[in-house]
This record gives sequence, C-alpha cells and structure tokens, in this order.
Amino acid sequence: MKLIFERSQSGRRGSTIPIPELPVPKLPPGLLRREPPRLPELSEPELVRHFTELSTRTFGIDTGFYPLGSCTMKHNPRVNERAAALPGFRDLHPLQEEDGAQGALELMWRLQEILAEVAGLPAVSLQPAAGSQGELTGLMLMRAYFAERGEDERRRKIVVPDTAHGTNPASVAMAGYELSKVATDLRGNVEIEHLRELVDEGTAGLMLTNPSTLGLFDEQIEEIARIFHGAGALMYYDGANLNAVCGISRPGDMGFDIVHFNLHKTFSQPHGGGGPGGGPIAVRERLEPFLPVPAIVRDGDRFRLDHDRPKTIGRVRGFCGPFGVFVRSYAFIRMYGPALREMSEVAVLNANYLLARLRDGYELPFDRLCMHEFVLSARSLKREYGITALDVAKRLMDYGFHPPTIYFPLVVPEALMIEPTETEAKETLDAFVEAMLAIAREAAEEPETVKAAPTSRPVGRLDEVRAARRPVVRYGFSEHPDTGFRPADPRQLEAQKGA
Amino acid sequence: MAAAETYPDGLKYHPEHDWASIHGDEATLGVTWYAQDSLGELVHYEPPDVGATISKDNPYGEVESVKAVSDLIAPLSGEVLEVNDKVVEDPETVNEDPYGEGWLIKIRLSDITEPDRLLDVEAYRAHVAEL
Amino acid sequence: MSFLSLTDADRVAMLDAIGVASIAELFDDIPSGVRLGRQLELEPALSEPELMAHLEELAGRNIHAGAELSFLGAGIYDHYVPAVVDAVLQRGELLTAYTPYQAEMSQGVLQAIFEYQTAICELTGMEVSNASGYDGTTVAADACYVAKHATGRSTVVVCETVSPQVRQVIETYAPGFGLEVVEVGHRGGTTDPEDLRAASEGAACAIFQQPNFFGCLEPAPELAAAANDAGALPVAHVDPLSLGLLEAPGRYGCALAIGEGQGAGNHQSFGGPHYGFLAARWDYHRRMPGRIVGETLDAAGERGYVLTLQTREQHIRREKATSNITTNQTLLAIAGLVYLSWLGPQGLREVGETCLALSAYAKERLQAVGFELSFPNQATFKEFAVRVGRPAAEVVRLSRERGIHPGYALGRDHAGLDDALLVAVTEKRTRGDVDRLVETLTEVAGR
Repeated sequence: MKLIFERSQSGRRGSTIPIPELPVPKLPPGLLRREPPRLPELSEPELVRHFTELSTRTFGIDTGFYPLGSCTMKHNPRVNERAAALPGFRDLHPLQEEDGAQGALELMWRLQEILAEVAGLPAVSLQPAAGSQGELTGLMLMRAYFAERGEDERRRKIVVPDTAHGTNPASVAMAGYELSKVATDLRGNVEIEHLRELVDEGTAGLMLTNPSTLGLFDEQIEEIARIFHGAGALMYYDGANLNAVCGISRPGDMGFDIVHFNLHKTFSQPHGGGGPGGGPIAVRERLEPFLPVPAIVRDGDRFRLDHDRPKTIGRVRGFCGPFGVFVRSYAFIRMYGPALREMSEVAVLNANYLLARLRDGYELPFDRLCMHEFVLSARSLKREYGITALDVAKRLMDYGFHPPTIYFPLVVPEALMIEPTETEAKETLDAFVEAMLAIAREAAEEPETVKAAPTSRPVGRLDEVRAARRPVVRYGFSEHPDTGFRPADPRQLEAQKGA
Repeated sequence: MAAAETYPDGLKYHPEHDWASIHGDEATLGVTWYAQDSLGELVHYEPPDVGATISKDNPYGEVESVKAVSDLIAPLSGEVLEVNDKVVEDPETVNEDPYGEGWLIKIRLSDITEPDRLLDVEAYRAHVAEL
Repeated sequence: MSFLSLTDADRVAMLDAIGVASIAELFDDIPSGVRLGRQLELEPALSEPELMAHLEELAGRNIHAGAELSFLGAGIYDHYVPAVVDAVLQRGELLTAYTPYQAEMSQGVLQAIFEYQTAICELTGMEVSNASGYDGTTVAADACYVAKHATGRSTVVVCETVSPQVRQVIETYAPGFGLEVVEVGHRGGTTDPEDLRAASEGAACAIFQQPNFFGCLEPAPELAAAANDAGALPVAHVDPLSLGLLEAPGRYGCALAIGEGQGAGNHQSFGGPHYGFLAARWDYHRRMPGRIVGETLDAAGERGYVLTLQTREQHIRREKATSNITTNQTLLAIAGLVYLSWLGPQGLREVGETCLALSAYAKERLQAVGFELSFPNQATFKEFAVRVGRPAAEVVRLSRERGIHPGYALGRDHAGLDDALLVAVTEKRTRGDVDRLVETLTEVAGR
C-alpha cells in the first residue's frame, strides 16, 4: 500500500484551525523556518482510509490468538477505554493544583495500596514508565541504599541469570553496575552452587524473574533469598511474569526487596503496537525513603504530592507517571477484586493444557508442569527436516495465529515460548494445538510449504538483511529508493481482509 | 553468494575462528568460513582505528548479522596498519570471500613468536569438527 | 468473571488432559513457605456499571481543562486533539497489537512507525528518528547516553532554562551513566552563547530548550554553534508545535533533537502516557536507543517494513545495548502521526501563528493594564512569564476561585521568581478568553 506521504496531494488538508483576528507578531528572522516540513497533505476521508487500511494490515488481540511468550497478551476490556476517556481524567493537567486533582490522586493512591498487597511489599511508586524503567529505578534504589550505608563502592555486582530478559543486563549497565551471570540447572532453576560462588560482599543484588522466562517457578527461591540476604545484598523481582502468581505467591513473601509490575501485561493496559506500558515498583520499608519523587500520600481524607523526600533518588520521568495506564489497570483490578487469584489460576491452567497437548509434537527441554507459559524447542524439526523455529512461526500465520516468541530464552535452541493467558477459550487453544501439530507433520511431509510461509499475509517473508545493510528509515520523497512498490493484486487484498 | 566451506593451508588459526596470514613482521587478519557461516549474512563491520593496539585473545572489533553481534577476537597482538574499507562498505564480502577480499585488518606484530602459538590448518579443522 | 472464557466443563476436561486432579496441583512447585495462603485483601469485585459509577465519581472530583478556563502549560498543553486521532487509536488492531517482532503480522503498525519517523525527521530536520521514548524527560537522559558513548566524554551541560522536570530526570540518570551534570544559568530569560561555550569545553553534549521553559526564544543557532565549537553535541529540546514557524534543529547544526510529543496529538491525561521523540543526524544512528523501523522487500519484490538495526537493542546486545528500553509509546506516537497528518504543513503553521498571535495579545493587554513581563526583552512563542506583584501561587488560588487557572507559578521551582506567572495560550483559547484572564488578574493582582 502507499505511504501516507505518497497519498499526499498539495493543497489538501484535514484540519481546520481557528484564526483570530489579531496581528501575528514578527519573530527574530534568524530563528525562522526557511522551508516548511513536508508533512502529508490529506483530507479527513483520505486520512481515515489510510489508517483504517494500516489497521487491517495489523494483527492484534482483537483479531485473534496472540500467544507471544513473556508479553501476556490478554484481552483488553473496553470499559477501561471508556474510563480513561472520562474528561475528568483525560483532560486533566498534571500541574493542576491538588484541590483540583483529588480524584486522580485518590485513584493513584488506591492503585498503590492494591499493588502493595499484590506484591507483599509496603511502599509503592507508580512513576516508572515501563518495566525496563522500573528495573533501572530499582537498581538506582539499591545504589542509594548502599551509598547511605557506605557500601556502594564495594558492592558493584548485580547477579542476573542466563535466562533473563535482555532488559536486565542493559539496566545493570545503565545503572553503572557490573553484570555477573548465573547459570540455569537441569530443572530450569538457578544453579545454586554457581550462585554460592558468585555472591559475596561485593554483590549489590540479584535480578530475577520468577517464574522464569522458561515459565518455571524457581523451587529453591527460599535458599536464593538466604544466600543474598546472608551476604547483605538485595533482591529485585522482574514482574514480567507476575500473571502466573497473583494472589498465590507474593514476591515480598519470596524474599524480594524490590518488585516492578508491568501494568500492560498483568493488568491489561492495551499494548498499542509497542506501548505504552507502566512499570510501578513496590519496595520494603528500608528502601522507601529512596523512592522517586513526588510520592502520593494520604492525609486524612485528602491526597497530595510529597516532594520533600531528602533521600530520594529523584525523578525518573515527568509528572506522576502514565496516569491513563493507571486508570485502565485500576479499572481492571477493581472488576476482579480478590479473584485476581482466579486470573492467575486460569492463566496457568491454559498454559499447562497447551503444554500437555503439544509435548508429543515438539521437544520439551524442561519436563515439568509449567506456570503461565512454557518453552518448546524446534530443534528436532531442524535436525531432521531443516525446519526452524522461525519457519514454524511463519507457518502459524497461515493458520491465523500470531506466532509465539521465538529464539528466547537464549538457553533453549530453536525456542518457541508460548503464553496463552487466562482470557482464551478452550476452542481457541484446541485450534492452536491442531495448527502446531499440523505444522510438525508438514515439516516432515512437505517442508517446502513451511519454508515458503507465510502466504496469507499482505507480504511474504521480508528481507531483514537488506533492511540492516542499507537502512532506509524514513521516506525520501523524490529521492526515495525504488523498492519495486506496486499495487497489491486483488487476491492479496482478499487475504488482508482475513488479517 | 556464500563461499563453500574451506580452510586454506598456510594460514594460522585461532580457536575463536579467526585466521592470520603472516608476512614477516606483518599479518593480515580475518574470520574463518566457520565463523561467517555461524553468524549468517553480515550486515555491519565495526573496525578498530588505524594506529590502535590490539592484543591476542582480546576483542578488537565487531561484526553483526541481523540478529547477532560478535566480538572479533585478535589472534595476534600488534598495531593496526590498515582496515579493509571494502568490508566496512560491503560487509557481505566476508560471506563471499572470507580469506581473500573479506580480510578485516592488517597489523604489525608486536611479538613475532606469537604466531607459533596459533593452530595450523589440521589442528583447526579438528577443532571445528568437535563443535 | 467476564474476562475469562473457560466453562466449568472446560476446566474439568483440561485438568484431565493435563493429568492432574485440581488446579492447586499445578502450583506444586511453589514452596509452601512462600505461598500466600489467604485471599488477597482487596475490595470486592465491581460489576461494570458499578465500576463506571465509581470512576465517574473520582473523575468528577478533578477540575479538568473543560471545567475551568485554563492557561496552564509548563510542558503539557491544552492543544486541540482532533476526533480523527481518537478514532484511529480505538481501532482494535492498532490498540491491541504489541511490538512488531513478526513483521508479516504487523505491516500496518510498522508502516505507521516508519511514517512517524519520517514526520519527526521532517519536523526536526534530522535523518533518523526512533519509534518513540517514554516522554520529553527521559529522551533527554537518552540523549546524554548517546552523547557519552559518541564522544567518550563524561560531563553533560544543561541550560537552566530547560524544563525543571527534564533537568531532574537527567540528574537522576547521570550517576549511573558515569556523567556529571553542569548547569548554565540564564541572563534575563535566555542563555548566553558564550556561557554555554565555556561550560561545554570537554562536555559530551549541551542541552537547551527552544522555546525555553520560560517561553522565551533562545538564540538557538548560536547555542548550537557554541556547543559545536567546544566539541560537545548540541541537543535541542523542541516544542513540535513551534516547528511550523521556528527553524528545525537539524538546519542549525544540532546533533540530536528531542522533545515532548504531548501537544501534538495526545490528551493531557494528568501527565501521561505521552510520547517523547528523539531524532539524530545519521552519524549517530548506531547509538540510537529503542526501536527503529526500516523499509525492505519480500521475496516477491513487494515493499514491506521491519524492525531494523536491532543489534543496538537490549534483546541482542544485552549489557552493551544503547538502552534498556523495550516497551515504548508507539500508540501515542501514532496519535502524533495522525495529528501531524491532519494538520499538514499549512495547519502546523496556522496553529503556531494562532498561539503566537493570542499570546502576543495577552502580553500586550497585560502590559497595558500595568503588569510587567518577567523577561521583557525576549521574544516568545505561546507562553510567557508575567510579574503579578505578589506570590504567583496566591494569584493562582484567587483566580481559580473565579473559574480561571491563570498559569504556572514559576516560584514552584525557581527561587527569586515567586511573583512570576507562566501563562500558556493555545489555539483553543479565544480573544474573549484572554480578555477574561486580564480582567481576572487585574482583579486579584492589579495595582
């Protein structure tokens, strides 16, 4: 399809702007723009058609099953959208005086209380914008905590398992810490003996996802906590997989000192094609003084922002965090109440059901009951038929499913990481199983069909090597490279409608 | 077009899949067929600066494919005399001709006895066969 | 629970297929010592109508932009968000997709990001844009990380006239980056290029804001030249809505252009979620944080879009990544693209001119009734600081009793500016609104 810039026609416009009958003052000539930006020129009908066509070329949870492991692609209730669009929330300025923002402050305070209960840790900051910023904030808290104790200079190491999300080591580097990697044992737990060797008085802390990215709960979590706390170090819980254990096991009870939540995963903020998210953190009492400012506090029946926190690490983003995300997650949680436990139970039931039905078609590197997700391997398909995890993923598209996460975690070759979430119906899970098993059969019987997939999408497999070698990252107008663009034929348009 | 699997005689090899061609106190360095094959199609080469000092067994640059980054491990120590700009411009040259046009840097050796500690082709072939 | 789809019969059949007797058995791996063993102490579940009633009650206790006549800005602005933006954002496919790891499933969102990158490059005069950062504060920290690695230097220079929140976020991030922050004061509301040049010697980057936090227009080309002279990367923090009138940072020598996107297509939403933009000259494309979309072809020669240059990112380069960011603000950035496409170049210019004309009118009227400007010799765009002769916080309170929010009390973060009120005038205000502001200020603070 055309780029919006290719649809543009000089002289068209979509906007009408109020023009006051007032003189427009002259600005200093040296500051004036010499050439206008080449923004697209479209009428509103053209604009609507363009973005509607883009949407039909996008697969969301609303389109179908989206078992993207580690991303918790659950249904996004529509009431949340209605709530976030209430003018009292949507049109509220973040610097409004506190007496004019009591409803917003109360909502955030209530969300903090809920998150504290779910985490099993008493103090919460909603400010971080996403999980990765929550991680970085948590590491900054560790530094502030150890700095106050005079231990920052010697405690330089953060231990991260080899199964961790890439954000963990990246956050360690951005916080100015050194990375120390711990291996995974044959049951998928952290290798305890290796951990004992690594942890000493130079260790600041651990970053752990539990259940891990393998979808397995670390059975030795209590021993891990003893090792870290025994060395005077802190424990950080990456909440990416919290959807498995809400109301069942709390990070604070597992021994973690700092937790981040992914509001867009566990608590259903729509993922928006990549974001927004929300990454609040909860901490133990001894870390509370270091939390970001402003804090949201309750004084009797009034709520206010507290900037006066002498030990704070400071501010990690603008204002109080992504408030619209808070509204949606608060709404979601209030509709569950204590039954959040059932949310996690069903997420785990759905995952184990898929695992039970798929284990004969694919290799299962860690043969245990899983939590909310599990990891299969296409290694034997690759060895026997030359069919890789990537091929399986692409072929799933032709069966109408979004592929799982592939090639992650790195410790499993040809990994397929599958997370169904709690919101899927059994029929959907069954259809997915049938597709996965059919692909495993196709791998043996007609591998070329699998290799040629997808054939039902607006485009076939795209040349990522070309994209990386000669990056074209913006439209070049008259100098735009001729990439062979041609209008899609009617057959392909039909296929798009099934997107 | 990717090259066929070869490991030329007369080169010295490092177990991290680098080769060195020695001429007096100078050497030309590159990566082996095995290295380029396991990385896949290269999309970027980050060379060291000319004049920089590199040391044996330590990284001196990076090559990237679409989904992976790999340190280039120096098989020998020395000063960088020249960088292969053709590979900077067209990284796929390494896939096409890893021992010829796809060389990476030329260095002046700081220790001319170091090449004796590298593998010869037979030893390297045996090493690859075990992977 | 209406968000779950399993029937009781489904559950029985599924447990049977798994080979366990109960759901509880699925959790056997969790040691008993770390189990909660009780219900979560949360308020009981609400039905959807009860939930909406509760949220409407909370929302009703907020005084939003439609409930009082507001001149409050200071980084977040009451610009008009066209209906078409909300309509596009509620397309379920765009709303409920995630990061487009699987390009063939995600051509729509990938193309939208490519178009957004193009629009941001056009606005800023830059050559590469990422797919968005969290907001206008964190992109400044990102810029520092880019500059640190690009230059190998260990100080960053930030003008005092940059938004206090942006400065605070840089201060929070800097120690982890191993960076020291040097601030350059202002002279009468703007930054002196000679001051910036002196401070930038040996620095990785120099960050200024245009228009600055006080609303004043900085001598941006001279500031960029001063930073360049000192070998520091000039970084401009810009208001996208000013860029129909003001020169693009890429055209006056900046290495990076960053900013808060809220005013361009996002509702205020009490401060988020919004998008931050970050664009750079091509020289820095391998140092960019976050997602970048590139154009390519499929096997049949059909044009398509993919995430590209991914070896910069955390999921591949891990501790050596250019950033830890993964989830970003794509949906809000798409809102920005829709908005900028709705405006077009002519609309962008008109919005800017309307803001400029109305705010100039407000300045003139306020001066006519005896108020002085805090920075009288400076050109401004849509926001300006006026001296109200008494603590501005009091004037805010008294004005709000009269149904007007007159602006931001600069004394909240600037010592010595207690009597300064920062007034923002967007295209949503009218001449009559400005007259009402002037009357109200005269009443509560007139002399």
